[in-house]
Amino acid sequence: MNGRDDVTRSPDDAEAVVVDARGLRCPAPVIALARAARDAQPGAVLTVLATDPAARHDVPAWARMRGHATVEVVEDGDAVRVTVRLAPPDVA
Amino acid sequence: MTTRCQHRHTTRRAHLSRTGQGGPTADDGAGQGYGATVRPHDDAAPRGDRSTTGVTHTTAPRVVLDASGRAPLLPQARAAFVEALDQGWADPRRLHAEGRRARMLLDGAREAVAGIVGARTEDVDLAPSHTAALHTAVLAVARGRRRTGGDVVLPTVERAAVLHAADTAVATSGGRRVDVPVDRHGRVDAERMVTELARPGVALAALQHANGEVGTRQPVDEVHAAARRARVPLLVDAGASLGHVAIGDTWDVLAADAGDWGGPGGIGVLVTRPGVRRSPVAPEDEDRWFPGGVSVPAALAAAVALQVAHAGRAAADAERRPLVDRVRARVAAEVPDTEVVGDADDRLPHVVTFSCLYVDGETLVGGLDALGFAVASGSACTSSSLEPSHVLAAMGVLTHGNVRLALPRGTRAEDVDRFLDVLPGVVAQARAAGGVDGL
Repeated sequence: MNGRDDVTRSPDDAEAVVVDARGLRCPAPVIALARAARDAQPGAVLTVLATDPAARHDVPAWARMRGHATVEVVEDGDAVRVTVRLAPPDVA
Repeated sequence: MTTRCQHRHTTRRAHLSRTGQGGPTADDGAGQGYGATVRPHDDAAPRGDRSTTGVTHTTAPRVVLDASGRAPLLPQARAAFVEALDQGWADPRRLHAEGRRARMLLDGAREAVAGIVGARTEDVDLAPSHTAALHTAVLAVARGRRRTGGDVVLPTVERAAVLHAADTAVATSGGRRVDVPVDRHGRVDAERMVTELARPGVALAALQHANGEVGTRQPVDEVHAAARRARVPLLVDAGASLGHVAIGDTWDVLAADAGDWGGPGGIGVLVTRPGVRRSPVAPEDEDRWFPGGVSVPAALAAAVALQVAHAGRAAADAERRPLVDRVRARVAAEVPDTEVVGDADDRLPHVVTFSCLYVDGETLVGGLDALGFAVASGSACTSSSLEPSHVLAAMGVLTHGNVRLALPRGTRAEDVDRFLDVLPGVVAQARAAGGVDGL
C-alpha cells in the first residue's frame, strides 16, 4: 500500500509487536518482520499481517531458518496473521 | 547447454493456403497442403506473402541451466524431425501410400517408447503435451472407475496439471481430492498415502516418480504395492524422470514429457496397462484419447530422443550428479542465508533448487540472465498467477528468492563453476538494493 512498515507496540506489553505488511508483495512482509525482530528483545512475540499469498509459507520458513518459533498462523479475512516467538537469549 | 555466438536463426513462415473457405471444393485436399506435388516443406510452394523473421542472439556465451520440461533439442532428434518432415508429412489417418507411411512412422515412435518404458505398443498413446497426457490420465481413469468410487488420492507436490485434473474429476464424480502431506524434502508420507488409497471409494491414486522442482524421488514401489493390494490404479508422472533415471515397472498409468528428455516440445506420453479401466472424456474422434492426434515428425523426433537419452543415461547421470552435489555444497557454503532444498541423495541427477532470504526470485533470474545464465524459479513473482510454487509451500521451505536448476546433458563443469562464482554477488547485490543487509 504505502510501502512503509507499520509497526505498533501494544501499551500493555512492551514485547508484543504487530507488523502490518498488508498490501506488500513477497518478500517484503518477511523483511518487515525481520526488521522488527532485529529491534526486539530475544523471546519477544511478534505478529505480522500480510495479504501476499507467499507470507503464510515464508514467515514460518524464515522463523525456522532463524531459530525462532512459529506460534500460530491465522486467516484474517483477506490477510493472514502469523505470530512468531523470537529465539531465547541463549540461542539468539 | 548451448553456446550461441553470433548465430542467426532464420525462420521462414509456412504459407498456409486458405482456399475453399466459402465451402468445399473439388481440390480441397490439395489446397490444404496434402497434395502430391505441393509438399509442406517445399521452398517453391509459398508465394506472395513469404516473410522472413530473423532473431540475432547476443554474442555473450549463454549457459542454460534450465532444462526442465524444455531441454535443448538433441541433435539426433532434430535430424529425425527434419527427415520426418519429408517422409511423414501426410495425415496418418489417410489410406493412401503417403498416409500409410506417416502411420508407420507414428506407430514406430510408439513402439520405440513402449520398448523403453516396458509396455506394449498398443498401450502407448501420444499426447499433444505432457499437460494433456496428465489431464487425460486423471480424467479418463476417474471416469472409467466412477462406479467404484470418486476420490482421487495424491500428494500435495504433484504437478499442477495433476492437481487441477483431480479437482475437475472430483467435481464431476462428487468424490474428494485427498491430499497427502510431504516432508521437508518433498517426499510423500508413504504410510499416510497407503492408508488413504486403501479406503473405500478411491477411483485413482497419483504419485510422481520424482519431483521436477526439487528432485526428490518418491517411494513409488511401496505405494504401488499398496495400490495393487487395494486394487486402485496408480498414475505415475515420470515427466521429470524418464530419460534421466530408471523408472521401473511399478505403475499402472505412466505419463512423461518428450520436451524434458531432449525431444521437441509438444509431445506427451501416456501409457496405460491392460486392465486399467478408463473411459474417454473428450468428444468422439478417431484418436480416442487425444482428439486430432499429434504431429508425426514431432512424435518420431521424441522417440529418437528418448532412445538416445536412454542409451546415454548412465553417462549423463555420472556427469550431472556430481555437478549437482557441487552446486548444493557451494551454495550452502558461499551464499549466506540460503537454504538448499530437496533430498541431497535420493534425487534426480540433474535437478537442484535453493532459496535465498529477503530477495525476490525475479531479481535473481533477471540478474543471472543478464550475466548469461538461464535459470528457473518457483517464486511467486516469477509466475503469472502471483502464487508461489505449491511444491515449496507444501515442503515448508522459503518460496521467495528461489532459484531452480535442471542441468541439460553435456553441462560443463566450468560453466557450473562460473555460475557458482557469480551467484553470491548477484544475491548480495539484490539484498543491497533491497536494504536488507544485516537482517
